[in-house]
Amino acid sequence: MAAEEVTLSSHIQHHLTNAKMCSTDAGLAFNKACADSGFWTWHIDTLAWSIGLGLIFLWIFRSAAKKSTTGVPGKFQCFIEMVVELVGDNVRDTYHGNSKLIAPLALTIFVWVFLMNLMDLVPVDFLPAFAGFVGEQAFGMDPHDVYMKIVPTTDVNMTAALALGVFILMIGYSIRIKGLGGFIGELTLHPFSSKNKLVMVILIPCNLLLETIALVAKPFSLALRLFGNLYAGEMIFILIGAIGLMQLPLHFVWAVFHIMVIVLQAFVFMMLTIVYLSMASTKSH
Amino acid sequence: MNLNATLIGELIAFTVFVLFCMKYVWPPLNGAIEARQKKIEDGLAASDKAEKDLELAREKAAEELKEAKTQAAEIIEQAKKRATLIVDEETTRGQQEREKIIAQGHSEIESERNRVKEELRQQVATLAVVGAEKILEREIDQAAHSDIVEKLVAEL
Repeated sequence: MAAEEVTLSSHIQHHLTNAKMCSTDAGLAFNKACADSGFWTWHIDTLAWSIGLGLIFLWIFRSAAKKSTTGVPGKFQCFIEMVVELVGDNVRDTYHGNSKLIAPLALTIFVWVFLMNLMDLVPVDFLPAFAGFVGEQAFGMDPHDVYMKIVPTTDVNMTAALALGVFILMIGYSIRIKGLGGFIGELTLHPFSSKNKLVMVILIPCNLLLETIALVAKPFSLALRLFGNLYAGEMIFILIGAIGLMQLPLHFVWAVFHIMVIVLQAFVFMMLTIVYLSMASTKSH
Repeated sequence: MNLNATLIGELIAFTVFVLFCMKYVWPPLNGAIEARQKKIEDGLAASDKAEKDLELAREKAAEELKEAKTQAAEIIEQAKKRATLIVDEETTRGQQEREKIIAQGHSEIESERNRVKEELRQQVATLAVVGAEKILEREIDQAAHSDIVEKLVAEL
């Protein structure tokens, strides 16, 4: 009984571990050899899958863009244009400034995150088992030492990178639209303000603290929401996958429910990006 | 939660994807959509305008037809009036001509009668005189009785 539990938990652990790569004194090292390589570790599965999916997104949309006609569109173009219009409408409704970046940014986030989330619907054991098989046959590795996490958005590095990108843009837009002074003013002069200069001096640190927390909370919530939803979903898929034959109906139910989560989380990430950037580029106070 | 260099890698990938999308994906797709929207809008406007034009043309045609009908009726009416007028005029003229011709005939007849009467009277006078001469040749001197003969002639 105890041995079985260890196997289950190690199975889960195996599923939740990224394939790592780092450079050591002896050259490139992988996985367990990277246990204490610190920050300079690369999750090669996350990188490969996310960049691969990103390239698929760009390839699909670029080929639609190349063939796009202003006349009667084909079915493929119609589908792509539906996505473009969905994103474009949301951007126009929410972001009232004039920016050539927001719409393509939102489109990239929406489709890319959607494709990465979609990997969650591939049965959890297929690709890791296949990778283990290839590792064993081609490189003579122990299949338990081959790690493969195929959903990039269950890696906090991925979601944090997206959120960080949005955060940098938020600050950039704030400074560009309101000026550096306006941006600092927004951080320090609200929500508490006073006519009395002395009181104001006391209030400024409080404001700075509150506003900085509010500002930093945005990218954190962005990153952790997506990560948390997908990580939990993945976790449940793994658990369902471990209970034997009964997994089939449960898998189906959870997958159907997860379809919604996948689209919704991609949409929410996009929408919040637009909202945050819209807030960053309007003078609210 | 172990943040590591993957974050940097993904950040770079994200930036590159967004830039590519901004340069090569969004503008042509959005441009195509907007151009098509413009086209459809123009098409609808043109069809509206054409419909209005058609309605206008129809109204104009109906109006012109009505006008033409009125004009035709007027012309026919005028022609009828004129025809009546001409007939009346001709009738009057014919009547006058007739009367004139009749009057002329009458006067000619009258003058002929007068002439014939005169001639007859002359001839009767001459005959009377000749007759009387014949009678008187034997009885009376012509000169002595000429005043009686003259009186007779005048009485004829």
